Amino acid sequence: MNILVIGLNHKTASVEIRERLAFNGPKLEEGLLAIRQLKGVIEAALLSTCNRVEIYASVSDIETATEAVKDFISRFHNIGRPEFEKALYVHQTAVATRHVFRVASSLDSMIVGEPQILGQLKDAFEFALSKKTTGVILNRLMKKAISTAKRVRTETRIAENAVSISFAAVELAKKIFTELAGKSFMLLGAGEMAELAARHLINNGVTDVKVANRTYDRACELAQDFCGCAVRFEDFVHELVNTDILICSTGAPSFILFRDQMQKVMKERKHRPVFLIDISVPRNIDPEINKIDNVYLYNVDDLQEVIETNILERKKEAAKAETIIDEEVGKFAHWTSTLDSVPVIVALRQKADDIKREEIERFRNRFPDLDKDKMEAVENLANSITNKLMHNPTVALRESAEDREMMTIIIKKLYGIDGEDDE
Amino acid sequence: MGIIFFELALTGYFVATIISIIDLFRGGKESSKLMLAFSAAGFALHTAAIIFRYVAGGHLPVTSMHEAASFFAWCVVLIYFFLEYRYKIGIMGSFILPIVLLLMITSAFLPRAMAPLAPALRSHWLWIHTIFAFISNAAFAVAFGIGTMYLLQEHYLKSKHRGGLFQRLPSLQVLDEINHKLINIGFPFLTMAIITGSLWAESAWGRFWNWDPKEVWSLITWFIYAVVLHLRLTSGWRKKRAAMLSVIGFIVVLFTFFGVNFLLKSVHTFQ
Repeated sequence: MNILVIGLNHKTASVEIRERLAFNGPKLEEGLLAIRQLKGVIEAALLSTCNRVEIYASVSDIETATEAVKDFISRFHNIGRPEFEKALYVHQTAVATRHVFRVASSLDSMIVGEPQILGQLKDAFEFALSKKTTGVILNRLMKKAISTAKRVRTETRIAENAVSISFAAVELAKKIFTELAGKSFMLLGAGEMAELAARHLINNGVTDVKVANRTYDRACELAQDFCGCAVRFEDFVHELVNTDILICSTGAPSFILFRDQMQKVMKERKHRPVFLIDISVPRNIDPEINKIDNVYLYNVDDLQEVIETNILERKKEAAKAETIIDEEVGKFAHWTSTLDSVPVIVALRQKADDIKREEIERFRNRFPDLDKDKMEAVENLANSITNKLMHNPTVALRESAEDREMMTIIIKKLYGIDGEDDE
Repeated sequence: MGIIFFELALTGYFVATIISIIDLFRGGKESSKLMLAFSAAGFALHTAAIIFRYVAGGHLPVTSMHEAASFFAWCVVLIYFFLEYRYKIGIMGSFILPIVLLLMITSAFLPRAMAPLAPALRSHWLWIHTIFAFISNAAFAVAFGIGTMYLLQEHYLKSKHRGGLFQRLPSLQVLDEINHKLINIGFPFLTMAIITGSLWAESAWGRFWNWDPKEVWSLITWFIYAVVLHLRLTSGWRKKRAAMLSVIGFIVVLFTFFGVNFLLKSVHTFQ
């Protein structure tokens, strides 16, 4: 038995190749069932996302299975092997385990630490489970991949920092206001980035939404989109009195909000904190405003810097995550090694022997006067009982069959041999 | 026995403080649990030490500088635990435990002998007056820690230089809220301490107000926190300045507590 991972991802393959090799919709089931039937493949699972296509399998022979899978991909997607082989990676045993753990923990993702991949992997596994294409090995592998990913998430801060403008805005807002629920928000101007950030703030609970725009109709349109109300452009400074978070993104060529205006606003607000996000280029809000107490002004460069330090932070955390993964890969390798039948046979025999010896000893203590011949007869009796009882399990374990792993696990459970299984 | 408990409590706080300071630079969820465990152990032992002293002396053990500093520290830990339970801000320990440790070390270096109670102090006022005084002082001490956290986080947000603690410090709003609550507790307690103190002075010495340095400095402290509360109520005062004043206020509290006793002559000076 061996674990095999064959796949490609955003690092090894261009989007054209990834598209062609993807298993979308009904192809997923079709492909999965076909892979399970390939020569040398015992168990199979299939993951297909926009950034990666991966086949996980437990196989009896690596070479045979690898060839079979490559041929299958070529056949199934109607693509010549030379066209995609360069983009493929093939991992086996411990390297394969590590790969799966890294993917699950989002260390192999385009944006390290992004959380979606774990869900996608879980779905892929659930699907394989429902199609009964997995068995003891892959089930265990996937379960451990998920628990490793959870360990990485709780023990490192890999996913804690925001790495996009809208996430950074929300992250900063939460360091000023704790909760965004009940906070009021104004979008000044429009634009893709601004609207995305606005939507993200609204998703995080901002309730009172206002939109101001030079063209009032456009403001009304956007306001409807965000379930908010439109504000006339001339009134926006006055509206700041009742606004906690402002995103500003107008095409104005110079400042539209000055320090003395903001100072008046702050007085009227009774100095309640306000978070101003100016993502317009050129800037629309006088940077001097940041010097006023309880005003927090961030421009697009400031946010970009936040993101960059966060990415750096994630890289540091990724190093910690790798140590956790090393540990888990080690544990998994230990588990697979116990699946080998020889040590189980030895342990089983040992166990029977121990029981036999103990019982004979007890018998001898109860009848110390028994003469030698009779004692020998008793020992022979015990020997032949244990031998006969042990014969069938031993033979079953020795026969190298496809279900040997299953057998070793069952025997270990039935006879209570080393409770190594930590589930 | 009481002394052993005191030493053990000091050790507990010491370890907790060291962990909390390492935590500042390293950051991990496990170590803040360890810190809490050590400070809880320290607190339990500290409570035992105070009870022993109470039983031995027959009165609340606040009548020597050693006892007073120790009881002060005890009240700070009490408030700290309450806040930690309510808000679960692990990093808070790093800003409060050092204050506790400093108070305990000061206490440890002061003479520990138990002098017989001066006749003027033999009164129920001892209980009432000192409990008010200590709770208000402890609330101001914690407000100092929280105020420092606020100023640090505010600095991170303003300068856009996100230091290592940015992620782990709570939001400005939460810190301001806690600060406000602490002063809301500390101020009325200080007021009550001053009132009960002057009633006690009247019954002991026949005068409500003696212009004793401790009295004067308590009044100065009272004015500082009165300003914070007043401005908060009337003009929704700038939160940063409230945090700054709660830091300054505590320095005055410390002077009232220690400085007056060591530097100036006062009826509060312990024999």
